[in-house]
Formats: sequence, C-alpha cells, structure tokens
Amino acid sequence: METMKVQSVTPNDMPWRIRYDASRCTLCGSCVAACSFRAIECKVERRRMVFSETELPEPKQRFSAVPVIRQVKSIRHYCRGCGICEKVCPNEAIRPERNIDTRHPILIRCLHGEAIKRGGRKNLEAVMRTLDKIRVARISQMTDPSLDAQRHSFDLLAPFGRILPPKKLPLGVSPNGLLEMTRQAPPVRWVYPVIIGDMSIGALSWRMWEAVAMATAYLNEECGLPVRMCSGEGGVPVRLLKSKYLKYMILQIASGHFGWNRIAKAMPHMVEDPAGVLIKIGQGAKPGDGGLLMAAKVAEHIQAIRGVPKADLLSPPNHQGLYSIEESVQKMFLSFNAAFKFRVPVAIKVAASATSVSVFNNLVRDPYNIVGGFFLDGIDGGTGAAHEVSLDHTGHPIVSKLRDCYLAAVAQGRQGQIPLWAAGGLGKTGDLAADAFKMICLGANGVFTGKLILQMAGCVGNEMGRCNACNTGMCPVGITTQEPALVHRLDVERVAQNIVNYFLAMDQEFKKLMAPIGNSSLPVGRADALAAIDRGVAEKLQIQYVC
Amino acid sequence: MCRIGAIKSRNFVHPSQALLLMQSQQKGHDNSGFAMVMHDLGGIFAHHKHLPTLSMACTDEGLKLAEDMLHQTGFQRVLQWVPETNDRPGLDINAMPNYVFETFDYPKYFKNASQREKEDLLLDMRLKLRKALEVDEQGFVYSFWPDVVTLKEIGDPRDIGTYFNLCEPDEKFTARVITAQCRQNTNYDIVRYAAHPFFLQGYTALANGENTFYLKNVEFQRKLHPGYLGFESDSQCFLYTLHYVHRELGWPLSYYKHVITPLPFEQIECRDDRETLLAIRQSLAHLEINGPNTIIGVLPDSTLFTCCDAKKLRPIVVGRTEDTVVFSSEVCGINEVLPERDWETDIYPNEREIVAVDNQLEVQRWKQ
Repeated sequence: METMKVQSVTPNDMPWRIRYDASRCTLCGSCVAACSFRAIECKVERRRMVFSETELPEPKQRFSAVPVIRQVKSIRHYCRGCGICEKVCPNEAIRPERNIDTRHPILIRCLHGEAIKRGGRKNLEAVMRTLDKIRVARISQMTDPSLDAQRHSFDLLAPFGRILPPKKLPLGVSPNGLLEMTRQAPPVRWVYPVIIGDMSIGALSWRMWEAVAMATAYLNEECGLPVRMCSGEGGVPVRLLKSKYLKYMILQIASGHFGWNRIAKAMPHMVEDPAGVLIKIGQGAKPGDGGLLMAAKVAEHIQAIRGVPKADLLSPPNHQGLYSIEESVQKMFLSFNAAFKFRVPVAIKVAASATSVSVFNNLVRDPYNIVGGFFLDGIDGGTGAAHEVSLDHTGHPIVSKLRDCYLAAVAQGRQGQIPLWAAGGLGKTGDLAADAFKMICLGANGVFTGKLILQMAGCVGNEMGRCNACNTGMCPVGITTQEPALVHRLDVERVAQNIVNYFLAMDQEFKKLMAPIGNSSLPVGRADALAAIDRGVAEKLQIQYVC
Repeated sequence: MCRIGAIKSRNFVHPSQALLLMQSQQKGHDNSGFAMVMHDLGGIFAHHKHLPTLSMACTDEGLKLAEDMLHQTGFQRVLQWVPETNDRPGLDINAMPNYVFETFDYPKYFKNASQREKEDLLLDMRLKLRKALEVDEQGFVYSFWPDVVTLKEIGDPRDIGTYFNLCEPDEKFTARVITAQCRQNTNYDIVRYAAHPFFLQGYTALANGENTFYLKNVEFQRKLHPGYLGFESDSQCFLYTLHYVHRELGWPLSYYKHVITPLPFEQIECRDDRETLLAIRQSLAHLEINGPNTIIGVLPDSTLFTCCDAKKLRPIVVGRTEDTVVFSSEVCGINEVLPERDWETDIYPNEREIVAVDNQLEVQRWKQ
C-alpha cells in the first residue's frame, strides 16, 4: 500500500461533494458534458463481485471494469455546487451536496499563493437581515381609509436628476396669472423606482445583456413602466447607441473609462439622448476597488467594444486626476453635463461607507446644482469579480447609511434635491418590492438592483457559496461568460420575459404596499409608516419599535 | 370624524351663525371643542382694521407677562375687549381664566416700516409671546394680526357658546368671514394649539381628514420658515404650505392645488404647461399631501376657498345666496344657515378643483 499523503486534495476538502448513484446512472454522459467547471469526469472503477452459481453457497469472485462518474480531485476544477449535473440528469443519479467540513478556503490560498477571487455577494452571515426586522405597520384604518390596489391609481415614479429648491426655480408669474419657466432648469427624468443596476457587457454575456436591454425596452414600450437600465462600465453596442432605445439606457463611466471611446464617437449619430449618465466612483461589493474583468472573459467582441487587448481589465480604484470632491463636481459632472448640452442628468454612484454622509453633504451643497442623483451601494451588493476578502469584509450595510444620508438632507432642509438611490442586497430574499418599499419609506427615492436580475435569468448562485463563479468565465447558465457554448444555454427571449414578468408582479406588490398605508404616490421618507421589531434597528433608523 | 365650516358674507356675521352651522353637524364630530377664526372684522374692531389684534387665552400671570413684553417692544394698546363670560355651573368647558382680544398700535419706530416688515414683526412678536407663555401653560397666543381674531376652547361647543355668550347675536363681535371647527385633535394630545383653524400671517386653514404625509411635510416645513412650528396637528401642514406657496413663493392660489395634490404624471405629460407642473411637483414633493382631506382656507385679502384630496375622500358643500356663501362638511349645516337658498346651485367640489370666493362673493371653480 502506498504511503498516505495527507496533503493530497480529496473530495472531502472541497466545498461541495458529488453524490452519485451508480445504480440509477445510464451513463449518458450529460452531466460530464454540461459541467462547465470540469469538476466531474468519467472514470472506470475496478469492482469486485462475489457470487455463487450453485444451490449451496460456493462463493466466487469476479472483477470487472465499471464506467462511473466521479468528482475531480483538483483545486482548480472543483465543484461549485451549481447543480447543472442534477438539472441535466434524466435519472436523478447525481447531485452536489454542501460539504460543511470543507477545507477549501485554506487549501486554495495554500496551493495558489494568491487571494481568492469570485463573483456573487457577501457570503458570511446567515443572520436575519435588517429589512426583515422592519414592518410596514402604519395601516390606514377608520380615520383615513386604505386605498384599493386594484381600483385606485398610483404614481409610482422616482426622480433622476438635480432638483432645485423651490425658491431657486426659474418660475415667473405671467400677465395672465400663470407660472412660466423663465430659463432652463437642470434636467430631471421621472423613472420607475427600480433601476436595473450597472452590469457591463463583459461581466455579462452578450446574450444576457441583450436580454436585459430587450426587457427594458418591452417594459417601456408595451407595459408603460419607465424602467431604466444602466449600461455598466464597458460600453454599449453601437447599434443601440444609434437607436431610439438609447433613451432607456443610463450610460456609466467608471475609472477605466472602458467603452467611452465608442460612445463619444457615436454621439453625433444619436437620435435620442440617453436616460442619464452615472459616474461610478465605487461599488458596494468591493468598495475601494475598481472593476475587474478577468482575461478569460475578454472575448473578441469585448475587445472591440472596449478597445482593449485580451488581458485582465482592471479599472483603477479611483478616477485618475481626481483630487477632491470639488474637482469631481467641477470636472466630471460639468463635462458630462456639457457633453449632452445639459439635457441629460448626471448622477454619481458610490459605495456605502462611514463617510457617505460627508460625501453626500458635499454634493448637496454644491453651488452648481448639477449632481443629479446619489446612488449608494451597500456591502451586500453583487459583483462579477472581486477578491473574496473585499466581498466578505469591506463595506457598509445600506439600510442605515441610506437613512443617515436622508436625515442629513432633512437636517439641512435639502431632502429631495439630490435623489437618493439605494442598492446592496435588496431583493436578496426574492422580494424586491418589500425591500424597495421599506427603503423608500426610509428616504430613498428609488433602488437599483443587479444580482436579482441575474437570478431572474436563471443564475443559481446564492449567498451560501453556491456557484459564485462569475469571474471564471465558466458561468454554467450562460449569464456571466463569453464562452459561446455556455452563452447559448441562455434563452434570450425567456430571460427577457422573466424580467418583464417580475417587474409586472413587483408593480402589483408596490400597490399592495401603498394601498394599506393610504398613499397614492411613493411615501419617500415616510418613516412613520414603518416599525421595527428590534430595538437597535428602531433606534438607529429613528422609527418606532414594536413588539 | 371632523366637521368644518365657513361663512363669507357681504354683511357682518355674528359667531352665533358659525355655531348654528356646526351644531347641526354635531353627530359628525365629538363635541370636544370649538374654534374659529374671524377675518374682516366689524363691531368694536371695525375702527382699527389696520392695527393688529392679539387673541389669547391665558392666566393672570400670562396676561401680565404678555402685556409687559408687548409694551417693552413698543406696542401701544388702543383697544381691549374681554368677552363677558357666563360661568354657570355644569358647563362642559375647560376655559382659561382670561380670554382677551387686544388691539395694539405699532411701535413708533415702525411707523415708516414697510408692510412686509410690519408683518414680520407681528409674527416675531407672536412667536416670542407663545414661547414665553408656554412655560407652565400660562397662555395660548392664537393670532396677532390686523383685522383677525381667533377663539379656541376645549369643551362642548354649545357650552362654549353659552360661556362666551356667542349664542345670542349682537353687533359688537362680527366679521365678514368666519371659519369654524368643533373637534379636538385625536391623532395627538388634546391641546388648544392643535384645534383648527390654524392661523399664520393673514392665512387661515382648517381641514377635515388625515394627512398621511404629515412626517414628510413636517420635516420639510421645519426648515422653510420660522413661523412653521408647533405641528400639534397634521393639518397645520396645510396652512404652512398655503403660506409658503402663496406668500413666500408668491405663486397664484391655483398652484396650491398643484403642490398639495399634484396631477398624476401621465396627466402632466399631456399638458402644455408640463414643464412648469413637473418643476413644481419635483421641487415641492415633500409638501404633497396624501390621505383623505378637505381643506378650507382664507387668504389675507379675505378670499375664502376650499379644495380636497386627490381622491375626494372627504366631503364639502358650497351653498350660497346673493349676499352669503357657506362652506360646510355636511349640507345640513348650510340648510340651517341659509334655509331659503336655491339648493340646486349648491356646489359639491371635485377632487381636482379649487372653489374660491372673492370679496364680491363671486364663486370661481378652478380646474387643476
């Protein structure tokens, strides 16, 4: 017998173990073919069989070679628990099972000597979320009637753009006693209070990105919901830049400026203004870190859109040449406002941080009135690729930080002047309407969401370490990969349909939340409608405590 | 439930008419108080219409404190009227020891001040008095303004009427505009300041309903103007928004409706003035009201108006004759005050209009 080597990697070291039932397996090979991580393989096992051919037992033995499916014992090709094998198996003969004894976090660092990178969200805690400790508790009874979610009309829109304080509005009374605009005011667009968050072409497969764009257009053109989609940092297909559907897109610029060469060149050919520009300073999932697109995902079309070679694409952690927030306002915001002749609102996205209120105060006090939105992204936000240590340990929860910013605005009488948009783990439980509504009551004008959109499309990743392989380019469901064979697993129309249907369902749910509190327009800042079942939460958010 | 009413007439009207208007609706309110604001005064106040009158309920100490403060500031009393009270046993009234209406001349150094400066002085003085008298509840200062008096008491409206001898008409205590309400606040504590109508710098507002955007309104209004304080009732927000839109921003009254109950976005999009309406809606989003409401308001020029919430969840009726217009939550109130009117001309305002009555008693309906 060989000497045992304890350092050898075995399936029990992995985060997931493959459970395989040879007696049910037809050896069709589907699971092996479908596993994008090459975590299972066909093997031949030597089996010993004892049998007797006589009436009285006369044991004999026979050895045979049996083809089986086995988990690969490799730290590189390990099972992510995505369950695609189970999905394709006709006989339920194979499935991944979570291995609570995994040594993977240690092994991978020991063997690779480099930081773990992955996609997804923070995977650490399984405690009850703050938002789940909050109820919509102020129900209209008797003195003020509840509304009827089916019968009454509701105004479900949120502002995107800089809103002037009343005394600065360029309004004059005309001789016929009507108020008239005397000069141009900053552009403000009223959009659906859920923006599809910034996920780039590159992070997403071209088919996924296209499906989201299709859903966005359909929601606007056919369903009457003015939903906006943010491009992410990575450019936009020229065909879309030159189409009328550009008006549903918020163009993002981040520190890498990827894709902006093409956008700038397409400007003279644009037939519609984009919905807005979002300057990304930071991201909740990896605050203080720039974007990261692994070379594995930089396919030819990505190289073309971004104008880059096939290499790891790292956006710097900050915008080069940006020394102060004043400079950011003056240079970046003025440039982008001017680029579209002050017709397109320009907003900023930052990672939630202990310093968010200072940043917000700086922007809300800027004398130029040009920062058209404060997008605040919390620690529970998703990402296509980040260091695990960033994902799990850096950042700030969104709920209290959003509330802090709103109350800072209230203290200055400036609420609503820079619309607040919040994200970071909203919809994590699958119910975005409830999360968004509570955030709105706490002071958000709207929310944005990314990871949930992927889950609508079929993403199987979760916050307990399942899959989270967006960075590898091996996404088993074709969402975050540029591998043609994998991308074609994604049914574009079905994805678009799922997103549209989710939004329609969410729209009904918003109304079912607004009706009982008797509000026909969004209760932005109506914290009196909320109650917390946790004293700490109630105290921090300045809402009532109930038990 | 709450009931509100208002009378505007070419002739001077005695508060007994306001009591009459409200008493027939008493099943709809809880008889917990009576409050009224009178604009465009007649009777004993008719000769001092340009000078401010202080309306105040207070203790003896409170009265002395207030008068000392006024004198120190330079105000000189020109008229004092203390209503005769009928403090017979068994009346359901929780009255303060003194109820005074005192008219003052402006301090000498304000003789040449602008109208605006005088108005700001009056507000400032009232707020100082209010603050000083708040200590140990020495008094409640309701209004300090030319040609306006205010009365608010806790108790049964009929007993309050008996106590102040308001049930029998006379020529001394009259006005061309009277707004009235007969119920104490139920959302918050019963305090005199919480009773409608509310008054600020010539503007009066009272409401029947619930403002579910109270918190939003309050948080925004607190920073808008030093006179926006108290907030003992969610309906004070209606007054402050009226004051802000009409006086501070200088917008025509018709835009008040656009601020408190803006048109739905899809309707705004169809309008020629969409740019203006959107600018108003987004800039004053925190002054929007929600919940069921009917508001009655009075402007400094004595224009009387009413409007409702965007879904018309609270009633109001407007009845009129040649020389009088009456607003009332229930038509039975108008039937009492104007029994001979042509009820077919009554107006039941809809959720998208303001009904305004000017000093010629011309009734205008402004569609939003």
